[in-house]
Amino acid sequence: MSNLTAGKPKIVPITGAGACAQAMRQINPDVVAAFPITPSTQIVEDFSAFVANGQVDTEFVTVESEHSAMSACIGASAAGGRVMTATSSAGMAYMWELLYVAASMRQPVLMSLVNRALTGPINIHCDHSDSMGARDAGWIQLYSETNQEAYDNLVMAARIAEHPDVRLPLMVCQDGFIISHSIQTMQLEDDKAVKAFVGPHLPYHSILDTAKPVTWGALDLQDYYIEHKRGQEQGMRNALRVIQEVSDDFAKTFGRQYNLFEDYRLDDAEIVLVAINSVAGEIKEVIDELRTKGEKVGLLKIRSFRPFPYEQIGQALSNAKIITVLDRSASFGAHGPLFTEISTAVYNYASNRPLLMGHTFGLGGRELTLRHIEHVISESRICLDKGEVGNRQGMWLNVRGDKS
Amino acid sequence: MIETTPALAELSPETKLMCERPGTFSGGHRMCAGCPTGLFTKMLTRVSDEYEIVAGNATGCLEVASSIFPYSSWQIPWIHTAFENASAMMSGVEACYRSLVRQGKMRKKLKFVVMGGDGGTYDIGLQSLSGAMERGHDLTYICYDNGAYMNTGVQRSSATPLGAATTTTPVGSESSGRKGNRKDLTKIMLAHNLGYVAQASIHDIHDLFRKMKKAIDHDGPSFINLLSPCIPGWKIDADMAVESAREGVECNFWPLFEVENGKFTINYRPTAKKPVTDWVFSQGRFKHLKKHPEVIAAFQAEVDKQWAWLEMEEARTK
Repeated sequence: MSNLTAGKPKIVPITGAGACAQAMRQINPDVVAAFPITPSTQIVEDFSAFVANGQVDTEFVTVESEHSAMSACIGASAAGGRVMTATSSAGMAYMWELLYVAASMRQPVLMSLVNRALTGPINIHCDHSDSMGARDAGWIQLYSETNQEAYDNLVMAARIAEHPDVRLPLMVCQDGFIISHSIQTMQLEDDKAVKAFVGPHLPYHSILDTAKPVTWGALDLQDYYIEHKRGQEQGMRNALRVIQEVSDDFAKTFGRQYNLFEDYRLDDAEIVLVAINSVAGEIKEVIDELRTKGEKVGLLKIRSFRPFPYEQIGQALSNAKIITVLDRSASFGAHGPLFTEISTAVYNYASNRPLLMGHTFGLGGRELTLRHIEHVISESRICLDKGEVGNRQGMWLNVRGDKS
Repeated sequence: MIETTPALAELSPETKLMCERPGTFSGGHRMCAGCPTGLFTKMLTRVSDEYEIVAGNATGCLEVASSIFPYSSWQIPWIHTAFENASAMMSGVEACYRSLVRQGKMRKKLKFVVMGGDGGTYDIGLQSLSGAMERGHDLTYICYDNGAYMNTGVQRSSATPLGAATTTTPVGSESSGRKGNRKDLTKIMLAHNLGYVAQASIHDIHDLFRKMKKAIDHDGPSFINLLSPCIPGWKIDADMAVESAREGVECNFWPLFEVENGKFTINYRPTAKKPVTDWVFSQGRFKHLKKHPEVIAAFQAEVDKQWAWLEMEEARTK
């Protein structure tokens, strides 16, 4: 790994986790605190090697749990450092309490999250139960379809999170094993170019500034708590603009354009799928195939789930006649988290009223093949022809014995 | 019983220093009347001229009563995030300091102190404390032990002494209060092979100050377990905290000792061995034990056993 250093951008075969570790090396944070958990382990292992070889200035804190990892990250951030961690699944669930603290303290902690199912029963493979479970914690959430996107999002992360109008923690999500452990060819940018793009970290009321002592983490009762929460919300609202600004600058610098979401062959699409992370790649392939047969099919792929760009997405979905949302997590007794957001966006901001279907898929790493996606699209077409979604609402895809 | 305060001229240079330096902790905090918790916090920045202190707290009485927004009693940098993570949080602060020093971004000498009650230290915070100590961060942990979850209204912790009545170990027809002996956290910390571990009491402010200075001066992790009575929890009068702590030491319930690189020193030996009953029956939380002589006997036996262990360790490491 260590030979992938200074010079021009390089086209390299690398895993998603390896790519994120490279981004962390190039960002060179002041502190990293992490605890190993599959499938994010390689990020921390690779980074440990960078520390061992003196390739970063980072103080690496090998904590005894993820709860302590996030605690140490918050402490280090309050001490004025640029701070990163990586985790997955139960690890993030164990951080849960401190995820809220990081956000409410407006500490721009950065996390590379490798999405994995939550335990019950234990499973190490991909779904989005971890990050979706933390969707209300006040963290910016960017999702990544490929190794390249996971890397690029992480390079952009510090500038977004540390922006004075935002000042919120940020997680970059990628699919466990599917991306984290799969070798893809991608462009690794030059160290100096990344360093210049990321820029210096400016401490904000550091508790190491003994000349100006500050109290962090005070008791906040009925008379102030809600104002502080409103301030946090403002940071999120501002983040929509800042994510786009930083993404535009990234495009100018490195040539790859990202937006709050990706619209793939969406303009004239009547049947639209909405999805997050790696499955978007398979969907694109099916769409390309169906487009050759004249089918008006498109994809809307979420990049920024928090903040959620309701207005832009609602408008982008205005021409759709049926929208089928694929959730890689479940909200038991309710529709999937992505489905409810898309419904809100469409209800409030789309100029017409398309049919809406929501499907749960891929829990615990259950694969969704091209054939399954074709099936979803043909189901969508049947519903569109009938003008109603009927009992196809809220299906779980590719589940043995499911007669619903 | 209460000693006369010595004149300033008679004090040791270290104690004079403690008295003369400006404070770090304002009055006007919301601690209960008579609570001794503010005492040791006031000493924090007075231990040395060679460095400044950055402090952190676990959730608990001291934290809640000193930081009600928009006010703060802390005149030094101070941080709190949650109940169980103070040691991990300060690990991050200290790690960031080391990183910035190594990068040449920071030159001044700082020291890091973490404080927590027995609940946030013996119980929910133990893992985080153990991790921070094992990793060797340069920080001092001070546990102020008042023997229960006092901040939430006196529920038992693993530091609650045998027989104490708390709201979760109430006295009833089938119960004589807390069953079993308290956890010995000081021993657990000794097992981490720290350079400096001590037990202190808020009644002996000179001994405490000396220990705080030693602990904070020490480069690497250090730990002080501090007996700190709770007025409502112990059910004592508001002017009795110092006296009650003294009695706890006089009866050997809370021996004052320190362990430097494995070498034990007993800092105070009561001149005449007192039974635990003097201390126990001066507190409302134990008053029911008058009807339970068997619990008192077990209490006394445990105190004697621990004292014998301590003397043995001192002799062994001489």
